[in-house]
Amino acid sequence: MSWNLSFFEHLIAAVVIAVAVPALSAIVFPFAIRRISGFMSDRLGPNRVGPAGLLQPMADFLKLMLKEDITPNRSDRFLFMLAPIIAFITPVLAVSVIPFSKGFTIANLNVGLVYVVAFGSFTVLGILLAGWASHNKYSLLGGLRSVAQMVSYEVPMILNIIIIAMLVGSLSLNNVVGAQGRVWFIAVQPLAFVVFIIAGMAELNRTPFDLPEAESELVGGYMTEYGGMRWGFFYGLIEWGNAAIWSLTGATLFLGGWRGPFAGSPGWLILKVLVLVFVVIWFFSTFPRLQIDQLMNFAWKVLIPLSLVNLGVTGLLIILLPNSFLPPVAAFSWVSTIALIFLFQPVLRKSLIRKRMRRAAA
Amino acid sequence: MAETALEKDRDLRLEEMVLNMGPQHPSTHGVLRLVLHLDGELIVSVDPQLGYLHRGFEKLAENRTYMQFFSMLSRLDYLAGFFMEWAYVRAIEDLMEIEPPPRAEYLRVIAGELNRIISHHMAIGDYLLNLGAVTPVLWTFRDREDVLDLLELLTGQRMMYNFARVGGVRYDLPDGFEEQCRKFLKRFPAMIDEYEQLITGNEIFLARSLGMGVISPEQALDFGLSGPNLRASGVPVDLRRHNPYSVYPELDFDIPTGLNGDSFDRYKCRIEELRQSVRIIGQALDALPGGPVNMRIPPMLRPPAGESFAAVETGRGEWSNYLVSDGSLRPYRLKLRDSCFVAISTLPKILPGNKMADVVGITGSLDLIMGSVDR
Repeated sequence: MSWNLSFFEHLIAAVVIAVAVPALSAIVFPFAIRRISGFMSDRLGPNRVGPAGLLQPMADFLKLMLKEDITPNRSDRFLFMLAPIIAFITPVLAVSVIPFSKGFTIANLNVGLVYVVAFGSFTVLGILLAGWASHNKYSLLGGLRSVAQMVSYEVPMILNIIIIAMLVGSLSLNNVVGAQGRVWFIAVQPLAFVVFIIAGMAELNRTPFDLPEAESELVGGYMTEYGGMRWGFFYGLIEWGNAAIWSLTGATLFLGGWRGPFAGSPGWLILKVLVLVFVVIWFFSTFPRLQIDQLMNFAWKVLIPLSLVNLGVTGLLIILLPNSFLPPVAAFSWVSTIALIFLFQPVLRKSLIRKRMRRAAA
Repeated sequence: MAETALEKDRDLRLEEMVLNMGPQHPSTHGVLRLVLHLDGELIVSVDPQLGYLHRGFEKLAENRTYMQFFSMLSRLDYLAGFFMEWAYVRAIEDLMEIEPPPRAEYLRVIAGELNRIISHHMAIGDYLLNLGAVTPVLWTFRDREDVLDLLELLTGQRMMYNFARVGGVRYDLPDGFEEQCRKFLKRFPAMIDEYEQLITGNEIFLARSLGMGVISPEQALDFGLSGPNLRASGVPVDLRRHNPYSVYPELDFDIPTGLNGDSFDRYKCRIEELRQSVRIIGQALDALPGGPVNMRIPPMLRPPAGESFAAVETGRGEWSNYLVSDGSLRPYRLKLRDSCFVAISTLPKILPGNKMADVVGITGSLDLIMGSVDR
């Protein structure tokens, strides 16, 4: 922070922001998903507590706090209690490198991107612990699924973050925003943005990649045995806190961060975050869920090759045209995005129908 | 010599995980319990366990008069209760050799097809919910509410209709029913298109349903499947057409069939049947004759000694009952047979080899209802 704060002032501000972002997102986003998906599915959603139901998150929070704290008999008590705390590290720590406006970052790390990715992986540890410690088969399956999924989707996610880092020539998130003065990277690298969105859904365990907590299959997935505020930790603070981190990162990498018309301010960043969270909710209301093998195939056979090609071509263009690489990169990326959108469906359909014929013949 | 890594690996025991899915589980449609043997995510074997909802209907029937048992019938398949009543009164009418007035037959067809619509609404919505899509189930429930309003107008009840009577139906059409029903029939096809737009072409849905849980026509016939599950396998058997009852021969409708017998075809068959039901109700309203809706029958039914069999095509397949009377006030024996029990018996055959997620996917596509399985 550049406002000439003392060390302690800085520390207090950092802690407040780091806790406020996941906490606020735990309050706002679950309410938003309930109202918006309610609107999309032609019903009302919560509208009784407070004006337009706005106090519903408070009521839920109160209820969760007052519930009995249950630890299953045969669970591993220590790990059971440790799991939500470990998973909570991600949203709290990752927020500290996000630039909220010009010169307003908790920590201006020169390896900010690496830092975000590194702490982004912590959640998987907490989820695996939760799945293992619960001593429940559904939880175990959920935990294993989430490890497989998050590790697989981490790869395309990082590959696309590398693309942005190459375009900027720096790993600092401040420089990433600084480089988007004239044009946002969504216009330069739409392909990377699409992959980032898809991989993000998988990282966040959101529909259509919500297998770890697939309600209709695994009851509650890794959260099955958790109740009361421990469950609230997982659902509110961690899931939606991670959604906040993901959308903050996405807004910073692709949508110009705090930049916007008139003056750059945290307001623009928040607006972009809300847009990205709306996309999450929109997906939630629209898509069914993938199956675990389809999920892995999609990561390793579609997203990773796509990202590698994108990475290679972008790198090549940067080396060949060190001074004016943005237009050719943009051209390549737009063409391949449109090709992906128009080719994906027919190719998939063909392969599905072939598979169906094989199965029907067998 | 030190152990090599390979030798160590031999000690790495791989074992099947036995997962007890249900009876308390969000998507087992009531109280179906499946004992799954899983190899990782792969299903090795499935063992369905039934009986958690057993209420002894057949025995209860023997201890009640014909009409006393009547109100219990719609508790069997509680999502489409009128079909059970219909089959039961047909069996009694056969024994007593009476023929209900034509207006009553038309009203039965209308109530039956409305029931088919709500049954398929539930089937489609729940199937898609099992696949993880939340919106379709709410959309089908929104439209299901309209049909329930119609049924409430017609029968006075939303679920347990108690509408059919031996020799007719209980009430004539109430004022305003026809108008409201026609309004619904006009609006509803657009709603069906809406469901299809939302989900039918969706790649994830296709990936989850095409080629999943394939039942070949021979298998389907061997198992004794009926209803949409059988027709999805390409066997166009529908009791309304092939063993016609009531006024169905006078009505014009198609029998949608599938080709591959997979989950997608079963879903698609149900969607098409919604459209056919709309056609049937429209025709029945047009052709509705005047006259009484029931006939004078003695208050205490005493069907002559003998036996009769009646079957109707419900939303889930063939529902049949076999009634033996000894001429007393109570049935001597009432055997009920439903199609969901048969559908469950296919699970151990079609589930192994699929992934864990398909347990709920394929089970959902078979449209089971435990109320009629555990009688």
